[in-house]
Amino acid sequence: MREVALREVFGETLVELGEAYPNLLVLDGDLANSTKADKFEAAFPDRFLEMGIAEQNMVGVAAGLAHLGFIPWLSSFTVFFTHRAADPLRMLVAQTKANVKIGAAYSGLLTGYTGKTHQDVEDLAIVRAMPEMVVLAPLDAVEARAMMHWATAHEGPVYLRLTRDPSPVVLPEDYRFEPGRVLELKPGRDLALVGTGVQSARLLEAARLLSAEGIEAGVYHAGAIKPLDEEELVNKLRPYPKVFTAEEHSIYGGLGGLVAEVLGAHDPKPVVRIGIPDVWGESAPNDWLLDHYGLSPRRVAERVLKEVKG
Amino acid sequence: MILSEAERQELERIAKKVRYLILRTVQHSGAGHIGGPLSAVELLVALYFKALRIDPKNPTWEDRDRFILSKGHAAVGLYAVMALRGFFPLEELLTFDKGGSRLQGHPDMTRLPGLDMSSGSLGQGLSPGVGYALGARRLGKDFHTFVLLGDGELQEGMVWEAVHTARRYELGNLTAILDYNGLQQYGWRGAGRGDRKDPWEGLPPARLFAAFDWRVIEIDGHDFDEILAALTLARKEARGPRPTAIVAYTLKGKGLSFTGGKHAWHSKVPSEEDVRRAIEELGLSPEEVPL
Ligand SMILES: Cc1ncc(C[n+]2csc(CCOP(=O)(O)OP(=O)(O)O)c2C)c(N)n1
Repeated sequence: MREVALREVFGETLVELGEAYPNLLVLDGDLANSTKADKFEAAFPDRFLEMGIAEQNMVGVAAGLAHLGFIPWLSSFTVFFTHRAADPLRMLVAQTKANVKIGAAYSGLLTGYTGKTHQDVEDLAIVRAMPEMVVLAPLDAVEARAMMHWATAHEGPVYLRLTRDPSPVVLPEDYRFEPGRVLELKPGRDLALVGTGVQSARLLEAARLLSAEGIEAGVYHAGAIKPLDEEELVNKLRPYPKVFTAEEHSIYGGLGGLVAEVLGAHDPKPVVRIGIPDVWGESAPNDWLLDHYGLSPRRVAERVLKEVKG
Repeated sequence: MILSEAERQELERIAKKVRYLILRTVQHSGAGHIGGPLSAVELLVALYFKALRIDPKNPTWEDRDRFILSKGHAAVGLYAVMALRGFFPLEELLTFDKGGSRLQGHPDMTRLPGLDMSSGSLGQGLSPGVGYALGARRLGKDFHTFVLLGDGELQEGMVWEAVHTARRYELGNLTAILDYNGLQQYGWRGAGRGDRKDPWEGLPPARLFAAFDWRVIEIDGHDFDEILAALTLARKEARGPRPTAIVAYTLKGKGLSFTGGKHAWHSKVPSEEDVRRAIEELGLSPEEVPL
């Protein structure tokens, strides 16, 4: 399967959007060559603002620009938005409904060996709890691009959870993003696997491994963590006696928490949350990390087998 | 502290070994930073081999000086120096960035004894430094606290919050060392001291620290005599009210023809060929390249 890194899509799509929206600006926190916002600087040097290593200030500056009608897209690592700049993000952006777009690069565990300081596995819990914030976690290159177009047209703060390394392109080129939708990537019978972000592609692979064991798992992708069409989620998961969620995020407050909350209220059934347990991450190669935290297709399949067969 | 010729040569030899170890470790792990660690080699060697009151055999000694690497991405440089100083075996460097290692991509004090603080998110190291210096005063202890910062890192507001409280509480027992190489990861376009614009052009950090009434000492950050003279001076004033800022002028990627002054080497993985070239340029003998 073809693989593309979402950060490459981020850089390229910023250039596309720059053509379409003359009021779009890019603000960077000294990481444009990592996030690939440097592509935008090359195309529109006058509309690229280097803000240095000062993320709180960058978020605040963006709020001011947004209230003058500019559309600021921000470039930094996930962790520096949701942790370092959490207060400005909350008060200056979300509470004022500022039209700021947060390009949160290097989310999750696979941050290029940088370890627990840079692995943001609490971001969804934080931004999801902020009123007015739209929270998006694209499955692949196609969805990342579609979400960026949608987000730029949308009026209000949007948080876009991007990843560093290449991941499979799953969706067709003509895919159209609609906020709230829960995508069925593969129908199933015995149980459901629900993912968000690039983890959903790993779930497709896990479902193939499970098929070989005689278990037919349905695979679902929630690209929008907020807003989420709760009714659609409940309906799509209704046929399954058991649901597994998996994400490069803490098992607290992310997709797993969301699915458990919704099903708990409307269609109670067991939900097994696969993710980072109550521990900090560490620096290591990608394959090691995905195996260690139970997120690789093989480890997800093993976990499902254990839960189902005992 | 006045260095004899033999001592100076010894330190310079160690610095060369550290430079090799930085490249070899990052090449082996396949990830890590180069430019920032190379820039700080002399500062780290001077601290760990001469200035710091430490005991590698007893890394938790409560009266030891405290050292915080605020620019945590230079961890590999600190690890190389600590290994040579005897905190852990040299071979352990090859576990850098591997799952389960004590040598994390950024310093993790919960894993490696001898680290006085964790870091990695820039701009935060001076604050716990203020905490150590304040605490030392309250406990009646005479250890000194040193914090190494990058110049890009100074853009974080939290640094200046710490600079303010350090002076407010009259922490002469706190010393900030600025590795001022004029480059950061990406920075601003334009030619400066490196291949990008110096972020502090027209706004010299020495002046900024002075404005907060810190004592400022400006030195060549690759010259052992100047570094050690400054560190000695800083400690001399430890009972006084003014913290010291040592502004060390450095070159990012210092020591190798292909990395010096190049922002692209901020976090680039060297090839085996690069490591061979480094050994040659540094003039190291086979016994000096153990890994
Ligand atoms: C808060 C924060 N923002 C961004 C980064 C990513 N980052 C790592 S190193 C670096 C550049 C650091 O520049 P400087 O402080 O000058 O260090 P040096 O040039 O000596 O390596 C950046 C932006 C980070 N680690 N922490």
